[in-house]
Amino acid sequence: MSAPALPASPYLPCEAAVVERLDETRDIFTLRLRLTDPRRHAGYDFAPGQFNMLYLHGVGEVAISIVSDPEEGGTIDHTIRAVGRVTKGLAKLRPGDRLGLRGPYGSGWPLDATEGRDVLLVTGGLGCAPLVAVINYVVRRRERFGRLVIVQGVKHSADLIWRDRYEAWARLPDTRVLLAADQATPGWRWHVGLVTELLQDVDVDPAAATAMMCGPEAMMHAAARALLTRGFPAEHLWLSMERNMHCAVRHCGHCQFGADFVCADGPIFRYPTVERLLQVRGF
Amino acid sequence: MELDHAGFLPRERLDALIERLAAGGRRVVGPVARDGAVVMDTVHRAAELPRGTADTQAPGAYRLGRHDPASPAAERLFAWANGPQGLKPLLFAPQEPLWRSVRDESGSLRFEAVAPDAPAVAVLGARACDVAALALQDRHFLDGPFVDPHYAARRGQVLVVAVDCSHPADTCFCVSTGDGPSVSAGFDIALTELDDGYLVRAATAAGREVLADLSLEPVTAAHRAAADDQHHRACERQSRALPARNLRDALLDNLEHPRWDDVAARCLACGNCTSVCPSCFCHAEADTVSLDHASSEHTREWDSCFTQRHSQMHGYKVRPHIRQRYRQWLVHKLGTWHDQYGRSGCTGCGRCITWCPVGIDITVEATAICTDEGSP
Repeated sequence: MSAPALPASPYLPCEAAVVERLDETRDIFTLRLRLTDPRRHAGYDFAPGQFNMLYLHGVGEVAISIVSDPEEGGTIDHTIRAVGRVTKGLAKLRPGDRLGLRGPYGSGWPLDATEGRDVLLVTGGLGCAPLVAVINYVVRRRERFGRLVIVQGVKHSADLIWRDRYEAWARLPDTRVLLAADQATPGWRWHVGLVTELLQDVDVDPAAATAMMCGPEAMMHAAARALLTRGFPAEHLWLSMERNMHCAVRHCGHCQFGADFVCADGPIFRYPTVERLLQVRGF
Repeated sequence: MELDHAGFLPRERLDALIERLAAGGRRVVGPVARDGAVVMDTVHRAAELPRGTADTQAPGAYRLGRHDPASPAAERLFAWANGPQGLKPLLFAPQEPLWRSVRDESGSLRFEAVAPDAPAVAVLGARACDVAALALQDRHFLDGPFVDPHYAARRGQVLVVAVDCSHPADTCFCVSTGDGPSVSAGFDIALTELDDGYLVRAATAAGREVLADLSLEPVTAAHRAAADDQHHRACERQSRALPARNLRDALLDNLEHPRWDDVAARCLACGNCTSVCPSCFCHAEADTVSLDHASSEHTREWDSCFTQRHSQMHGYKVRPHIRQRYRQWLVHKLGTWHDQYGRSGCTGCGRCITWCPVGIDITVEATAICTDEGSP
């Protein structure tokens, strides 16, 4: 009795090398990676919103959103906040260092379906990488999209990262940047208050816009309600969910959100799919 | 029940079946009474099986005893309900390495898949609840877009010899889930234990091959009558039941039911229920690094949604309270499992009731949350 041929392991990473490391803030950094097998690197294809599992030798894996442009094959970029065991270790990597990478996993943002429409991006919290990928994508293909409105909220004005980038985006044609901080230091020339308060007077046509949201669940829920009140159709509201992930291939069970496995059915969801459970604390 | 039996095997000839199962180097795994429980281990002879053993199960209680020496059950080998294990540990290993990361002196990494330990195994004595749960695990690990190569390797090497349950425990409720007490699908060979031997039926080519030269005796009308009677008595013996309907909507409509607080006050969040559950599939991955840091084994082991770390993300826990974790388990098991795999994740084995140190009863909690009669 010989064992039948085994399916390839979906758990096995590929080797990747750090091409460049960028410091974004004190604890946020970007790793620009290249798969060391050139054939694999050339064949690597992803959509903004998808994520990779990054593996640090001897420490473990962590799910990280991809922030580079899918059509620029140079590097596969990840913006990471050093908060856990693996990410603190990843923060110590330098150009040339090796790590493991497998992916991409999950669903991407509906960018093809959004072409020709206005794009409203609502984010809360620190450096929302999944939406930065969208901003970069739209900015590089500016003519394919309508109005671009970026609404970003932070707890404290000092938490805002990439302030210069927001300033640069704000100067682009037909683009508006709205920032809000619950608490602000002197010199903050943006809104003081909740991000949802900004949504009341965002000048996009609800019938012609797609909204994409990323951040704390309570914020996304409140933002979605504000947009629904303004007449945005629910099917044009999208959001990125986050859960603990170990396997990223719907086996380990950690990322379950109701019937959905966030790793595979998400992380990008149409709002009505998750609306009900988004309101339940601890689900 | 009209079953297509291949024949009758007198009890004294059970060794012949075990020998046939072991042919070609298969490891035969069967029930053994050890350390006060029926556990699954390698068996070579029928004499090693738990003859005359009885189990008494209740919420938070499991005791082995003996059947009355004067009763026919005293000679039976499968006159007990189930032990803590079932089939799950044989296929979904409690802990196993998935791959290894090897770093050379230049700092390059090489990732090597670790071949799963997948010997050919015949499992003797699988219960209907566990055979049904095996089908659920198959759906989870094999039928999705990603196939688990470790589970797949072992699954392809296992021959399932089920035994209809004649002595359900007080904690059993497989009749209400539709999965037992007799097996109806998902086995290679199934036995019905009678006082003097076994009605034998095969459902696969591999099963028929094992039975081919066993010289089974013809099945008599008396055998059939005894098997029928036994099946009905096993059904009637079950006093517990889940509400006999899809509980998905009822659970999702009651996510803030006061009963969650009530059960959380009793639940210790120990995870015993998920360990003994034959369908729970959650697992965690972790690295074990060599002393010289040159290689690291990436291992997975069973995890439980009752632990805080199960929902942990960068210092934040989605489900910090036991109430939320018990709810996660029950709503998944009896509710959203329907969306994921087309049926409930519970096959009525009752182990989560027996092995719960405080005796929480899934049938009582589900009834309280999903039906009016259970309202506090």
